Amino acid sequence: MDGLAHQIVAGIATGGIYASVALAIVMIYQATHHVNFAQGEMATLSTFIAWSMIQAGMPYWVAFFGTIVVSFAIGVVVERILIRPVANAPVLTMVGVFIGLLLIIGNATGWIFGYTTKVFPSPFASDKPLFGGLVSAHELGSTLVTLTVLVLVWAFFRFTRLGLAMRAAAYNPRSARLVGIRVGWMLALGWGLAAAIGAVAGMMVAPVVFLDPTMMLGILLYAFAGALMGGIDNPAGAVLGGFSVGVLENLAGAYVVGTELKLTVALAIIIGVLVVRPSGLFGRVVLSRV
Amino acid sequence: MPALLEVKGLKAGYGPTHVLHGLDFRVNEGGVTALLGANGAGKTTTLRAICGMVRTEGAIDFLGQTLQGRATEDIVRRGIAHVPDGRGTFMELTVEENFRLGAYTRRDREIQADFDRLCGWFPRLKQRWRQQAGTLSGGEQQMLAIARALLLRPKLLLLDEPSFGLAPLIVQEIFGIMRRIRAESGVGILLVEQNANLALELADLAYLLETGSIVMSGIAAEIREDEAIRRSYLGY
Repeated sequence: MDGLAHQIVAGIATGGIYASVALAIVMIYQATHHVNFAQGEMATLSTFIAWSMIQAGMPYWVAFFGTIVVSFAIGVVVERILIRPVANAPVLTMVGVFIGLLLIIGNATGWIFGYTTKVFPSPFASDKPLFGGLVSAHELGSTLVTLTVLVLVWAFFRFTRLGLAMRAAAYNPRSARLVGIRVGWMLALGWGLAAAIGAVAGMMVAPVVFLDPTMMLGILLYAFAGALMGGIDNPAGAVLGGFSVGVLENLAGAYVVGTELKLTVALAIIIGVLVVRPSGLFGRVVLSRV
Repeated sequence: MPALLEVKGLKAGYGPTHVLHGLDFRVNEGGVTALLGANGAGKTTTLRAICGMVRTEGAIDFLGQTLQGRATEDIVRRGIAHVPDGRGTFMELTVEENFRLGAYTRRDREIQADFDRLCGWFPRLKQRWRQQAGTLSGGEQQMLAIARALLLRPKLLLLDEPSFGLAPLIVQEIFGIMRRIRAESGVGILLVEQNANLALELADLAYLLETGSIVMSGIAAEIREDEAIRRSYLGY
């Protein structure tokens, strides 16, 4: 029984990572109706940046917040330089751009930092299991960090003027311009925010899966499964989906398919959702009367 | 009267198709100009051209400065509020959030006072304050669109068929509000309407558009009295 409880708690911890990446995907999807396949590689790059800051002797939390700032800037720059010029291009062009971005960032990361697997430190003392072995310090700490990020993002969109403007720009760019919102900048900010959220996810998962240029590949798949499960146009749903996928994956890995086939769970969820309920569990229903 | 908006030789179109073939018209400060005409005459395109939403040629001067070649959001920030066809409401957001977005460009302290004033004008919006805008009735949505536009504190208000698809009683209510806007706020209005009778009653200047050209213009009251024009162009 203890084993089961531990598997669930560990699932919630990884689920927080998936939820964060899923949220990053959904944010960009809502604004542009495209899936940023490079979201994972961008997070990996961010984690490597954090790693070099720590290698250079910076305290962990300085590197942590420094990386968030740098990642935000990278996200903004990528949108302005690469995505903006093709904003009105057909879907297949966009898919091509996103796959290109994935390959470029992924390989550039390998080229700069090397392909050898690196150990990434956890800020949470990881040797002592807590609550009688139920949860490790890193699991607890990283869950708290991802939850904090999710709450902050939610509060930003719900309560701030800028957050409201970003939602307006995503829902209805034309009307947003008519109230004076600079829609182009809102998109760039969205990319920055998504990159920053991804960076936190990368830094939280790296101590567990170890750091190498393909670290986020599997995670992106789980996150995508989570986003689809919750409804790709519903941020709250995507977050819930991310957590559920984390728990499901862990349980299936421990009791059903074994660790080697865990990734299959993500694919099974993706196919299952697309077949049974394409809009996801909490897919947004837009009410409108004409 | 000094011109708030002065348009000369306005041409516009979508891609290779020309829709407007050189329009001259004006809106006086605090005045109401009506653009009349049948479907496809180019009324909506004219409003879009002023807001920088389509490619244009010709002169568009607002308070003596050109709007030509500027981005929509910059034109809006200069004080032009547009209620487009389809109303430009954020359907997924609440009435309150639509209000907040209307005042997005403002930093002054009177925003809350304006909220209260407009809720006084549109009590039904106050009742639906936390409701998703998409669930409002057509008339309520039109009221929300006008309120949203007024929250910009515009100098010029562009209205695209505010009566479209609404029941006669609601239309009366909305035109009542527009008379109030004209009387109380000093905002200039450029009104596109199919309901010529109502529009001419409100307007001081009127222009009649036919397939992208102005075929007649003048003082609204005179056009309204002119039996021949009414019969041949306005059809009532």
